[in-house]
Formats: sequence, C-alpha cells, structure tokens
Amino acid sequence: MLSEIVDIIVYILLAIGVFFNLLAGLGLLRFPDVYTRLHAGTKCTTFGAIFICGSIILLGLKMWFQGSSDGSVLAIHTAGALIAILITNPTGAHAIARAAHRSGVKPVGAVVDDLEGKPARKSAPMKKGADK
Amino acid sequence: MLAFVVTTILSFIIYLILTTGSGTDIVILNKDFLSWSFEEIIIGIVLSVIVGIIAKKLFVKKNFRMANPIRWFRFIAFIIGPFFVGMAKANIDVAYRVITGKINPGIVKISPNLKTDLGITMLANSITLTPGTLSVDIDEDKNDLYIHWINVKKEALKKKPVDCKYICGQFPRWIRRIAE
Amino acid sequence: MIEIEPIYLTVLGLLILSITLCIIRVFKGPTAPDRVVGLDTINTLVIVGMLVFGIATRSVIYIDVAIVYALLSYISTLFIAKYLEGGEF
Repeated sequence: MLSEIVDIIVYILLAIGVFFNLLAGLGLLRFPDVYTRLHAGTKCTTFGAIFICGSIILLGLKMWFQGSSDGSVLAIHTAGALIAILITNPTGAHAIARAAHRSGVKPVGAVVDDLEGKPARKSAPMKKGADK
Repeated sequence: MLAFVVTTILSFIIYLILTTGSGTDIVILNKDFLSWSFEEIIIGIVLSVIVGIIAKKLFVKKNFRMANPIRWFRFIAFIIGPFFVGMAKANIDVAYRVITGKINPGIVKISPNLKTDLGITMLANSITLTPGTLSVDIDEDKNDLYIHWINVKKEALKKKPVDCKYICGQFPRWIRRIAE
Repeated sequence: MIEIEPIYLTVLGLLILSITLCIIRVFKGPTAPDRVVGLDTINTLVIVGMLVFGIATRSVIYIDVAIVYALLSYISTLFIAKYLEGGEF
C-alpha cells in the first residue's frame, strides 16, 4: 500500500520535471534574442532537474527501506549531482550573458539599457610575476 | 595553518560522502549506509591533504565567519523558504511568456549594498533563478549589478539606480544575515 | 539486453525531444552566443537523462559520471564565454 503511494508520487514528480524540461526547449525556439533565451534555458532546466532529482531520491530511499543496498548510495549521489547542477547552472548563464553583451549583442526591443555605452572594463590586471 | 586544517577537513568529509558504501571494514550505523574500507580512507586522507595545500589561499580569504553553524541553518531556511517559492513563480512566469510571447525587456542597474564577494555571488545566483530577471554584469568597485529584466515596469524607472524591491524583494536582507 | 520500465522510456524519449529542439536552435542561431546557450541547455538535459538512466537500470555508475559531466561542462561553458568576450586567459 505505502509503496504504491510512493510510486504515484514519483510518477507525478517525473511528469512535472519533464514538462519543465520540454518548456525549456520550446522557449529556446520561440524567444527573440540571447538574453530571453537564457531566461528559458536556465530557469526551466534547473527547476525540472530539481523535480527529477527529487523523484530519484525518493525512489532510492524506497529501495533502501525494502532492503536493497544500492538505494542509499543512489540517493546520496543524486543529491550530490543536484547540488552540482544548482551551483554551476546560473553561474554559466551569467558568464554567457556577460560575454554576449561585451561582444556587442544588443537586447531586442529594449526599453532601457543602463549598460549601453559603458566601455568594456579590461579584465583584472594579471599579477606581474605571472607573465614572466 | 588554520586555513589548511579547515580546507582539509571539509574536502575529507566530501570524499567520505561520495565513497560511502565502498566496503565493510569500518561500519558506523548500518552495513549499507555508513561503511567504508581502509583503502578508501587512506587514499582520502592523502588526497585531502594535497587539496588543502593547493587550495587553502583560495578557499579561506580573511576571517572564519562562515564556520558558524547558525549561518548554515539560516542558509538552509533561505533555500527551502523564499528561494524555492521564487523559483516556482519564475517558472510559471516563463511558461506564460513562452505561450503568449509578450515581452518588454531592458537592462537596469541596482545597488544592493552588499560588501563581501560571497554575498554578491549568492545574490547574483538567486536573481538569475527568480522571476523575470537575469544578472548580466557587475561593477566591481561599488558591487552594483546590471540586471536583464524581461518585463520592465514603468514606475520602477523613475529613480536610478532602480530600487531593489522591484527586482529581488527581500533577498538582500536575508543574504546580509547569512554572509556578512 | 537491458530491461527498462516503460515509464522511464517515456521520460527519456521526451528528454530527447527537448534536446532535438535545442539542436535546432544550435543550427539556426544567428549569433555565436545563441549557439552557446543551446549547448549549455543540452548539457543540463544530458545530465538529467543520465540520472534517469541510472535509476532505470539501478546502477550507481551513471550517476557518478553525471556529477563529473556537470563539473566539466561548466568549465567548458566558462572557457567558451571567455573566448567570446575576447579577454586574456
């Protein structure tokens, strides 16, 4: 009885995660420029990954309570992968957005652009000893 | 020296978490859950000493304020509470804009008055994952952030730099209590 | 022959459909940053697919590979962004 309820919860979480991942692909096709595509590509994949990882952790805990020795290892490693995704995904999006703005891509249809016209700051000066 | 010890212990704990269930020589709670073999422990100690020597100057900057466990509890409360609610709102917002195609974008500047590097990193990541905003660039002298905003409100543009409450709500107050 | 339950096959099929949409963006994208956005999204979707495949076959090795793939794809994204920016390494 309990295991069937856990199975249904796992299926619902998987469905929500896959829906948001599909939304990321669709948004990547429909939006007009780089910045709005980054909105779709970053937020939706991170949120979908949270739900899919949650379902996998739940299934691993269920396997562990049923006596399989792989279950706990599966749950712990999936939590590690989730933390890696949560830290790296927005930072990568930030790097791409900054590179796009410095290489001269303008936001389409922007009503205001405070960063416009500022000279690209030179990258932080290297230490003198580094380029010997 | 203290920086070296902190870095070594933290990397050793991460190594132990990733290799749990590798053997049955050392068993703490259960045969399946917390158990390691001697070989994994020895290799873990050697590797974490090497990591501690290399990364101590990068990992610990000035003081040890993040070693306080109260800050970690506040951080977990922040992740579970306002941050997750913000992410759910953000995804429903993106779904609405994907389906209807209504956008009104712009790049605005905010000044959140955070001083530390860790705080500004956490604020930039939170802003990227919450509704309608994406951090683009940073002014490193004054810690001002440039934000790409997908739906610019008219009343927010009267004052420059734009008020924080339109972009990120109460996040700077939470992060000031976590990281400063 | 690996036996997989049909629910996981459906999930993997929908993830592949999403990856196909991203590949269309990679080929169409007018500027270089558009293609990089597509590649970044494909990386995250591949990580999620590896996790689902790991739980479908009940083997831990795919999840370990997924962690390493996440960190390496992050570094590659940072390097491409630095290259587009035109700064010094």
